[in-house]
Amino acid sequence: MLGKTANGLYWLSRSLERAENTARLADAGQRIALTRLSGADDEWGSILQAAGGWDGYMAGHGEVTRDDAIDWMLRSPDNPSSVLSSIKSARQNARMVRTALTEEMWEAMNGCYMAVRDALARKVGERDLPECLQLIRSRTALVRGATHGTMLRNDIYDFLRIGTFLERADSTARILDVKYYILLPAAAAVGSDLDNVQWESILESVSARGGYRMVHGSRVRPQEIVQFLILDKRMPRSLNFCCSKIHENLRYLVNDYGQQTESADMAERLASSVRAQEVDDIFDYGLHEYIQSFLGSIADVGRQVEVDYRFYE
Amino acid sequence: MRLQISHTTRYVFDEPIRHGLEQLRLVPKSNRAQNVIQWQTGVSGGKKELEYDDYHNNHVELISIDRNTTELTIMSQGQIELEETHGVIGPHRGPAPLWLYEKVTPRTKPGKECRALIRAVEGEGELERLHGLCRIINEAVAYEVGASHAGWTAEEAAVAGKGVCQDHTHIFLACAREMGFPARYVSGYLLLDDRIEQDAAHAWAEAHVDGLGWVGFDVSNRQSPDIRYVRVATGLDYGEAAPVTGTRVGGDGERLSVDITVQQQ
Amino acid sequence: MQRIVFAGFRGKAGVMTETTPFDEMWGKGDSLRGPYSAFQEWFDGEDHSRLRAKQREAEDVFRLTGITFNVYGRSEAEERLIPFDIIPRIISAQEWQRLSRGIEQRVRALNAFLHDIYNRQEIVKAGRVPLDMLKRNAAFLPQMCGVTPPGGVYTHIVGIDLVRTGDDEFFVLEDNARTPSGVSYMLENRETMLQMFPELFSRTRVQPVQNYPRDLRRSLGACAPIGAGEDPTVAVLTPGIYNSAYFEHAFLADQMGVELVEGHDLQVVDGRVAMRTTQGYQPIDVLYRRVDDDFLDPLNFNPDSALGVPGIMDVYRAGGITIANAPGTGIADDKAIYSYMPEIVEFYTGEKAILQNVPTWRCNEPDSLKYVLDNLKDLVVKEVHGSGGYGMLIGPAASRKELAEFRKKLEARPGNYIAQPTLSLSTVPIFTRKGLAPRHVDLRPFVLVSPDKVNITPGGLTRVALKKGSLVVNSSQGGGTKDTWVLGD
Repeated sequence: MLGKTANGLYWLSRSLERAENTARLADAGQRIALTRLSGADDEWGSILQAAGGWDGYMAGHGEVTRDDAIDWMLRSPDNPSSVLSSIKSARQNARMVRTALTEEMWEAMNGCYMAVRDALARKVGERDLPECLQLIRSRTALVRGATHGTMLRNDIYDFLRIGTFLERADSTARILDVKYYILLPAAAAVGSDLDNVQWESILESVSARGGYRMVHGSRVRPQEIVQFLILDKRMPRSLNFCCSKIHENLRYLVNDYGQQTESADMAERLASSVRAQEVDDIFDYGLHEYIQSFLGSIADVGRQVEVDYRFYE
Repeated sequence: MRLQISHTTRYVFDEPIRHGLEQLRLVPKSNRAQNVIQWQTGVSGGKKELEYDDYHNNHVELISIDRNTTELTIMSQGQIELEETHGVIGPHRGPAPLWLYEKVTPRTKPGKECRALIRAVEGEGELERLHGLCRIINEAVAYEVGASHAGWTAEEAAVAGKGVCQDHTHIFLACAREMGFPARYVSGYLLLDDRIEQDAAHAWAEAHVDGLGWVGFDVSNRQSPDIRYVRVATGLDYGEAAPVTGTRVGGDGERLSVDITVQQQ
Repeated sequence: MQRIVFAGFRGKAGVMTETTPFDEMWGKGDSLRGPYSAFQEWFDGEDHSRLRAKQREAEDVFRLTGITFNVYGRSEAEERLIPFDIIPRIISAQEWQRLSRGIEQRVRALNAFLHDIYNRQEIVKAGRVPLDMLKRNAAFLPQMCGVTPPGGVYTHIVGIDLVRTGDDEFFVLEDNARTPSGVSYMLENRETMLQMFPELFSRTRVQPVQNYPRDLRRSLGACAPIGAGEDPTVAVLTPGIYNSAYFEHAFLADQMGVELVEGHDLQVVDGRVAMRTTQGYQPIDVLYRRVDDDFLDPLNFNPDSALGVPGIMDVYRAGGITIANAPGTGIADDKAIYSYMPEIVEFYTGEKAILQNVPTWRCNEPDSLKYVLDNLKDLVVKEVHGSGGYGMLIGPAASRKELAEFRKKLEARPGNYIAQPTLSLSTVPIFTRKGLAPRHVDLRPFVLVSPDKVNITPGGLTRVALKKGSLVVNSSQGGGTKDTWVLGD
């Protein structure tokens, strides 16, 4: 496989994942906004921070409003992480690696692009937002379905998966960092219960509300959220889960190619360190510090993948 | 007469090279005026990729520059046996057709100044007119090391009235082609009486004369090449006959040094 | 897909007479021509509203599969669809046999010509093609002098553009010896027809086109350099996703099961051109390039090209790779050389050309120039080295002002132009809201050349001018395509 193709596959799935994550954040923001009592648009600030591109937004707008924030996240061409930018990028990469994809996957991707492009051709009004977000979710899910259902489990698939889980790990970590950091009142001691709206906002934005309840019941405490979003090995967006998938797929490549790589070793070290982590240690170390260090490690793995598999040269 | 020649080209870069290729036209070919006894090219900081004969029948070696290198040295040396042919190389042999050498290149496009030189040419026969051209350029354009730039065109040098052998040759090509002669650039070496070490390779021109074939004209020395001249490569102008041409990514801040020795054995 | 077909009127000695064009379904009158009889029977039994729905369905399929071409000249390259018409263009087995004999003869002559031009130039020495045609020709590539590619094949993939004017009258309009495009539409059109109207194909025996990718792969492989081994590595070189024919490049690579590469994926490694894979550099034996000569190699040609591979020409001359089509093949499809094709065919094959050329006046010849200037309003005048229909004059369609302006250009640089009469192009019905309606068409058959074989896919790409009376089949100007059937014996 060409290095360029591996690169295209990796960014195809990363962009697709990013589009989904951004849409999910917009959804979470909207739900919180609808369930709070005060009239301010406070939570959109932290939503924007979690979605990345906060500086870019502020440079263009100066103040945070619901409408602007949603538009920035869904449609803005100035925001490289907006749903539209991400879907465009995913489709562009799919075009580049067209020969590596099954017809069904390409058609799902192209169809996703056309549907999302049309749905986001104009500003999305408040009334149309749920339907629009639903469309984005279902269209991206179709691409994922076509990928799982039709792609061979070979190196092509491995690069797609690596892109997906790197992006997802990055996204979950950032959401946890920003939201938790901002929402957890300074006075709230570790161990105390959190306010409903706050925990919902965290879990909602990673589509984990139901899963959390199944595992931890309705009591919401920082330890349990951290346990669930970082350490739970069944939760498909947890850092532990993502890291083990990254490692797994890199190991497939190592076996497939018969070449040991630095990135596989790095992913293995990262996966086992997350797996062995205890909640209390994370709090002792400092949650923010822990996440920052994790974000650094995951970015290092990504860079090493680019080098090991000759994405650029 | 047997000559021993050594030609070392060294590049030093401030920034490491990321990728680079160089075409070398450094290996002379045997013909009626010269017989190559042995010749070799050595490279450090790079590696030979392949070799072939180009459309002027030059022997070309392609080398790649090692990744992340900051120094590239190309050593070419060998022995050659020379015969006196008074600058006559003989009939055209291709692979490029003879008419191609009538083609004007950007470097050899004649302007006002070149045309003025042509007008000063006297004489009747083809050979006589070409010798006349050689003399006129030699008188009008002073040989001056460092006076010109490597990128100068024939017309620029003619206007400046000074230059080195490359400029003399380009002017000759521009004028000879304008006069209707197929003509080509020759790069090579010249044995000097007073020294072994030389600053640069030499260059002269060849024009095609009916009946004789290719005949050499060394404007800088105002004569036709004799037994002291070694032909290495030919082309429509310097760009096609240059000893080293290439393309690089990275390697900013290039410094070039050339060492050439030509001695009789 | 960037070319305009002219014509529509029949010009004779300056007298313009409008005639009813030959219709491939109905001939000159109302009697159904043989090749269309089975189709006509089927069509009569069809409900038009069902066909209309099918036509729309076809477009949806094309859009979804991404069969689009990019349009330049806008801030963002836009992807557009080439309209597809569901009425097939049908050619009988006998008609095709004669055509393909002519095509094969012409393609062999083109390759022999290229070999001669880049080696001994016997045809010039024999006085059959003037030296001036080469000397002043930008398509002549000196770097090719002395090169004989593996198997002696220069133009591996050829598209011969044909027009028809009568029952038994075909003319070659243009040879495409560089990088003919459009073959993906030929394949997708057939695929679409098969999916939409399977019953049609069970009534009629249509010669298949689907083997093209396999044939292409085999044909390219057969041209690999000596020592390439049993299963040569083939790759397709594309300028990238913004190129107007990118879809086709990806399509062909995919169908052949080979890599689709761009210049920056390739590098000279160990004396070969190699592609950067996830497992290191892998050498390529045959490169089917869809990048123009000038951009192919920044070391040897245009130094500013970012699309090419530095040193590929060095590898090529050293015999380490096959480039298809060979660099410098443009000298054979140049419009001035075109006018010598009858002589060229005869010189190399020893036979008269089976396929006719459109009569061509070379304006560098004084008598011809005089004729052209006298009859400008009836002629089509083209730039010798131009392509894509730029800088051409369609006399019958031009205004007085345009004619006067063009006259000046012609007088200033006559050698830059050739002129041809306006032919009465044949028509084939398309499906409109009001039923069948005739529209002008041309045909581009695709030819594969390997050392031992000339392979012509039965049919080719039929382009159709969708506007009534229009002669412009160019896809960027409202042209569409049709499935082209060659019937079984």
